Amino acid sequence: MRAHWNRINDWLDHRTGVHTAVRKFLYEDIPASSGWHQVFGSVALFLFLVQSFSGALLAFNYAPTPGDAYNSLRYILTELTGGRLMRGLHHWGASLMITVVVLHMIQVFLFGAYKKPREATWMVGVVLLLLTLAYGLTGYLLPWDNRAYWGTVVATNIASQAPLLGPYLSRLLGGQGSIGVVTFARFFGLHVLLLPPATAFLIAVHVYLVRKHGVAPAPGDELVPKKKFYPEQVFKDTMAIFAAFAILFVMAVAARVPLEQLADPTDTSYVPRPEWYFLFLFQLLKLFTGPLEVVGSVVLPGLAVLALILVPFIDRGQMVRVTRRTFAFSFVALAAIGWTGLTAAAVITTPKEASQVAVDYSAPTDWMELSSEELAGVGHFRQENCVSCHAVGDTGSKIGPDLTRTTIHRNAAWMIQHFKSPAGIRPGSAMPPIQLSDLQLNSLAAFLLKLNPQNATALSDAPDFAVQGALVYQAHGCNACHKVNGVGVDVGPPLNGLAQRRSRSWVEDHFADPSKLSPGSIMPPFKFSKRDLDNLMAYLFVLP
Amino acid sequence: MDSVETPPEPGAMPPPTRRTFYVAAIYGIWGLITAALGLPALIYLLVPPRMRRQNEWVEVGKMAQIPIGTPVEMTFRRMRVDGWKVVSEQNSAWVVKSPNNQITAFGPQCTHLGCAYHWDEAKNEFVCPCHNSLFSIEGKVLGGPAPRPLDQYETKVQGATLLLGRLQTPPEQSA
Ligand code: HEC
Ligand code: HEC
Repeated sequence: MRAHWNRINDWLDHRTGVHTAVRKFLYEDIPASSGWHQVFGSVALFLFLVQSFSGALLAFNYAPTPGDAYNSLRYILTELTGGRLMRGLHHWGASLMITVVVLHMIQVFLFGAYKKPREATWMVGVVLLLLTLAYGLTGYLLPWDNRAYWGTVVATNIASQAPLLGPYLSRLLGGQGSIGVVTFARFFGLHVLLLPPATAFLIAVHVYLVRKHGVAPAPGDELVPKKKFYPEQVFKDTMAIFAAFAILFVMAVAARVPLEQLADPTDTSYVPRPEWYFLFLFQLLKLFTGPLEVVGSVVLPGLAVLALILVPFIDRGQMVRVTRRTFAFSFVALAAIGWTGLTAAAVITTPKEASQVAVDYSAPTDWMELSSEELAGVGHFRQENCVSCHAVGDTGSKIGPDLTRTTIHRNAAWMIQHFKSPAGIRPGSAMPPIQLSDLQLNSLAAFLLKLNPQNATALSDAPDFAVQGALVYQAHGCNACHKVNGVGVDVGPPLNGLAQRRSRSWVEDHFADPSKLSPGSIMPPFKFSKRDLDNLMAYLFVLP
Repeated sequence: MDSVETPPEPGAMPPPTRRTFYVAAIYGIWGLITAALGLPALIYLLVPPRMRRQNEWVEVGKMAQIPIGTPVEMTFRRMRVDGWKVVSEQNSAWVVKSPNNQITAFGPQCTHLGCAYHWDEAKNEFVCPCHNSLFSIEGKVLGGPAPRPLDQYETKVQGATLLLGRLQTPPEQSA
């Protein structure tokens, strides 16, 4: 068997040299001082590969146009097995990759490994850092939810402030004044067509340069015999990669990546926030106002990048032991303090989400399948605090029976009688009569009849605005003319998918006077309180 | 400058050297990572999507419009879930009403290669123009290359209205 294998190997090596190349790569000499501190580069490379992989898989089910992008991502999250995991890997992988690339730079910086003759290696590295950040910037838009849209509005506006280049940059990004299909296409093109080959090429150059100059030795390494890269250092790299991968995987499984409402360019109340690694820049901007703004947005970051690139030419001293590089340490410490301070300030000043319409589509969305009557029932169920006596699945009290089981055998008429007078139907019942109108009791019964152990999550997951919206919807008898999720009457159009046909302002105007916008409409005008209107709108606009 | 390593695992038959431990760990971990990425990827690609909204019943027409004993082609619109989209599609069915008011509705495509067939009044047969497959009024294959009888829609009559459900392949060889 083994001999057979060797023969194949020899044959292949003779034709391609692959075996020899791998050997040469693995049995490279490295300085005796090499060790755990040099694992970050390999981890960054690994994370790049994971990003490519998860990105390609996402692209298999993703439609890169605004609107469709959002729907297809929602499809990935809610309909496909493993879809949430893939998006989690890609999302958290980006954050992790930036972290690791920065750690890698800090290590190289502290050890002075950029010194002659390794200047070019360092400079290519800085460009790779910028490319990594560019992925973050362009990828941010691709979900096309409110977060993506408004975050990108801010980013393109910053780009357009650049002295001289500004107008050209913003034209290049397609974002002249507004963000639409053109910007989207360019961001997508950059993210998946241009950046990956550029990154792969520069990584190859970077690795080639590392190999050409050898791993940077520490002072005193000349006196000790060299080591081989394989297997000891490969083992260390592998362990580090495994640690990073474990962190990534756990985050992808456990930490939910939000998908907000479909991007709404008219929603001026939205407070955009960039991704965490750009927060410090965002905060820096606030320190400069008026004509000085460009200093914070372009000049300072530009100078910082320039300084970073020129580091090897600024510090040209002899190689010294890490422990004696106090200046480098203080510099890194200062930068870290500055970064943390700015980021913390940005986090603290983030206003609490006006969480009214923040639907987390990455959470179970069973509640969206409920009819408006059933969803209104959820509202009554919460108001009346039925869980103080009843279990629903595994949660709630045990005084009354578990409602996911018992109600399956009941009908609405029985239940409504029972609600009105529990003791009348079940002598001696400890359940108090429920004080609701017949209409409301109908909703409650409808919901309970639908309730089963599988969809019990709807009870806790349905966001408050949707439940409130459904209550308004029921209270005004919209179901006498409209269908939601197939329940109701077909006098008017079914309201599912309203978000794709109508804008919010159109629907608001339509409520005020339906026949003005739809001549001959038999829908009566409606007037709502501000709160009711907000909830109803938000509810109608999330209907799938 | 040897740092402290995890000691080789005890208990294995020949006391493994540090080198074999390294090599084993490298292979093991890379195997694990490959599996942890590859399996979910296969599941993600191969498991069919959870279809949330099933195709519903659609109204296609009034019972009274359908003649007894002669197939008629009826068209209707229905929503179809296509990935992340719901599209409204034009569909058609060949509907046959038997003398005792039993309804059969055939899918509009020949079971051979999917051509649209039609009813030949003179021959009293469904004829497919592509390769001359022939079907009886019950949908059975009478000739030509068609491998199985015509597909049928689920049917339901509500009041005076005919509704069609999903298109189904009838059980093999119902002859
Ligand atoms: C003070 C405690 C208490 C509260 C609050 C309460 N229940 Fe009950 N419930 C009971 C008890 C005890 C029973 C069993 C005796 C009976 O059937 O009347 C019961 C029975 C029921 C049943 C009948 C189950 C069956 O099929 O046997 C339903 C349905 C029900 N409750 C629904 C509700 C709903 C909905 C609410 C909230 C609006 C609610 N309950 C609030 C104590 C409570
Ligand atoms: C008397 C029947 C009736 C009632 C009650 C009614 N509607 Fe309508 N609605 C219609 C008709 C008919 C149309 C189609 C003509 C039009 O656009 O006005 C319509 C249109 C709409 C539209 C526009 C849909 C679209 O895709 O263009 C919305 C949104 C809407 N209704 C929401 C509601 C809400 C919310 C309620 C309850 C507060 C309600 N309607 C109550 C009959 C009704």
